[in-house]
Amino acid sequence: MAVSYAYYPGCTLKTSAREFDESTLKVCKAAGIELTELADWNCCGASSAHSVSPLLGLSLPARDLQTAEALGKPVAVACAMCFHRLKHASHALGDAAKLKQVNQVLGKEFRNTVKVEHLLTILGSNGSSYQVTKKLEGLKAASYYGCVLVRPKEVMELDDEDNPQLMDRIVASLGAETVEWDFKTECCGASLPLSKPEVVVNLSHKILRQARQRGAECVVVACPMCHSNLDIRQKAMKAAYPGFQEMPVYYFTQLMGLAMGFSAAEMHIDKHLTDGLSLLKSKGFI
Amino acid sequence: MINTVTILPAAKNDLRSFVEKTSGQKLLRCYQCGKCTAGCPTAYLWDLTPRQVMRAVQLGLKEELMRTHSYWLCVFCQTCSARCPQEIDIAAVMDSLRHLAILEKRAPAEKEVALFHRHFLRLVHRFGKVWEVGLGGLYNLTSGHPLANTSLLPAMFARGKLPLLPHTTHNMEEIRNIFKRAEELERKSAGPETGRKA
Ligand code: SF4
Ligand code: SF4
Repeated sequence: MAVSYAYYPGCTLKTSAREFDESTLKVCKAAGIELTELADWNCCGASSAHSVSPLLGLSLPARDLQTAEALGKPVAVACAMCFHRLKHASHALGDAAKLKQVNQVLGKEFRNTVKVEHLLTILGSNGSSYQVTKKLEGLKAASYYGCVLVRPKEVMELDDEDNPQLMDRIVASLGAETVEWDFKTECCGASLPLSKPEVVVNLSHKILRQARQRGAECVVVACPMCHSNLDIRQKAMKAAYPGFQEMPVYYFTQLMGLAMGFSAAEMHIDKHLTDGLSLLKSKGFI
Repeated sequence: MINTVTILPAAKNDLRSFVEKTSGQKLLRCYQCGKCTAGCPTAYLWDLTPRQVMRAVQLGLKEELMRTHSYWLCVFCQTCSARCPQEIDIAAVMDSLRHLAILEKRAPAEKEVALFHRHFLRLVHRFGKVWEVGLGGLYNLTSGHPLANTSLLPAMFARGKLPLLPHTTHNMEEIRNIFKRAEELERKSAGPETGRKA
């Protein structure tokens, strides 16, 4: 049975994280999950709106949720940050007074009845049926969830806050091995890259360093902000931390796609700043 | 930082009432265990640690607290909120402090961070979506760091990661109204706690 969702890509998936968008769409299509892009969506406000104005931070995602509610479809989100903002809004608007305020801001009626799900849940649930045709045997990966995907647990309703397993299970279903490590939900520096790049380099380097120490050959993520911090800052990490070894960072949907028979080009592995092709070639996957 | 403090009753503690009202958190529950500081990824840069910020709010040390870099450096990772044994959402408290500083038009101790948020929202207000090239450009032009992150640009452009033109939401009237009404409502409900004493 095809499951149908209103798909909220968010700004980053349409620009610097296009490979996450395109791999998500291809994988879902092949798995019989129907994603229709939400009409005329707007930015969820990310880390800025709520930092500056709590009401704006609720109203921006509420406009998107209202559109989906009118369609009568649940919302599917791939970006961890957008997921966080949309889930946070649905949760906070359980408060009738806040919902009333937001409706005043929106100028239309939102009833807050729409369900928001992350692609990890949608693809990782028992009902989803993706066919693995090329097992990623011998690949050792560290699943990195970052902060906003899982915290706070009561709001995100995704997985455990300290030791989530959802992505590990998906990666394992592809034939790869995941490592046990302590940095699954540590912070990568989040939205500081423009204003405080040195903080991002420091925090992200610690994450990659432990992934390497625990035997991982690559890191797998579900967040474009984590991806960008971990992937594009590796040159700076090398300069700041002698002995640092580069490590590819993939979106979980890219690895799924490869295992489902898509080519490296179709999964846009070449879009990363840190080489992700050599490892896959050395394993004979591409 | 300060040698003696006077503990104000709640009615006179504008800072605490503002934060409690906007964050929905009960500040007096904090018993200063320090778990929030221990898990905070950026606390090594804060002048007052997260635990000390909580104390300063309890005590109503508004001017001292508003001047710090601390709350601007919170990246909202929510590690603190997940770990607090008193179930305080500390991240929401940091949000309230930023919100207060902005409502009162204070000069931020971390001007780059504040600038980033301002430009980000300016773009959403203009296009409904964020346009990374525009965000980077605006930031570099106004931050006094014209070359910030530019070494990454050639590789990003080469991979088609940075479209030169913005994507936009079509119904921009709706988006502008959202900004306008949210600001009006927030100012109206800000109450007497905000505002700087001479
Ligand atoms: S973790 Fe909670 S109780 Fe402990 S110092 Fe921080 S805010 Fe206070
Ligand atoms: S949410 Fe803010 S204060 Fe809390 S741990 Fe993260 S950065 Fe520190």
